Amino acid sequence: MIPLGHYLVVSAIMFAIGTAGVFLRRNLITILLSIEIMLNAVNLSFVAFGRSQGTVDGQIITFFVMTVAAAEAAVGLAIVIALFRHRESLNPDAFTSLKW
Amino acid sequence: MLETVLFYVFSAVAVGASLLVIGQRNPMYSIMLLIAAFGALSALYIQLDAPFVAMAQIIVYAGAIMVLFLFVVMLLNAPQEDAAQWDRTHPLRRPGVSRFGAMLAVLLTVQLVWALLRVTDAGAAVGGRGNAAELTSVRSVGRVLFTDYMFAFEATSVLILVAMVGAVLLAAREEQR
Repeated sequence: MIPLGHYLVVSAIMFAIGTAGVFLRRNLITILLSIEIMLNAVNLSFVAFGRSQGTVDGQIITFFVMTVAAAEAAVGLAIVIALFRHRESLNPDAFTSLKW
Repeated sequence: MLETVLFYVFSAVAVGASLLVIGQRNPMYSIMLLIAAFGALSALYIQLDAPFVAMAQIIVYAGAIMVLFLFVVMLLNAPQEDAAQWDRTHPLRRPGVSRFGAMLAVLLTVQLVWALLRVTDAGAAVGGRGNAAELTSVRSVGRVLFTDYMFAFEATSVLILVAMVGAVLLAAREEQR
């Protein structure tokens, strides 16, 4: 059997990768993808903790996280489309003014 | 033994594909690699006796959310990251500042690993407690979801409605508003 700690280490590595992506990349689409990586890393530790406790609650919280991720992706991509229409760019440094 | 080998193989695929996601310049490749990472994660979920989550991962994440991302990338038609001139002029890209940022990132990783190594029952096998047959069945997941988590489930439907209205409002053209 695989120890709980191994799943947690995989989850922590994926979360760190997602964080690095949010800070390092200069593309709004890739930043949203990095947020999805972070959400999935957290999902993995939820399911691993739920399995180690012997309950289904971890799976159910994962279900809710997936729903929130879908809503976040829809709204985030709509914002990206609206921003791209104004500036013809996906670089977050292009959107420094609050009003134009 | 086979279980351990499969765990390491799928973990390596998930971590490697995630690393490549943030290393690509073309968002189209990033999305394809992220789908590969999600497939490996769903294999890990099956090892954790959660086939419902594994299937939802494939169908909802890889099938719906990633296709939405693909749609937007194709719609915008701006695949390459135009970061070169911003990087040269950006104040955060000076050598001293970026070295400080890299040091903070390494510190975060060290802190996470150190904290995980000190978890008390981290060495216990993950499948030690609970009845695997009951955890695996979708029936028990559904029973808990529609009794204990009923309010959260209904609140989720309101959340999706709000997200739908917000997305339509944000993406609509200016003159139509």
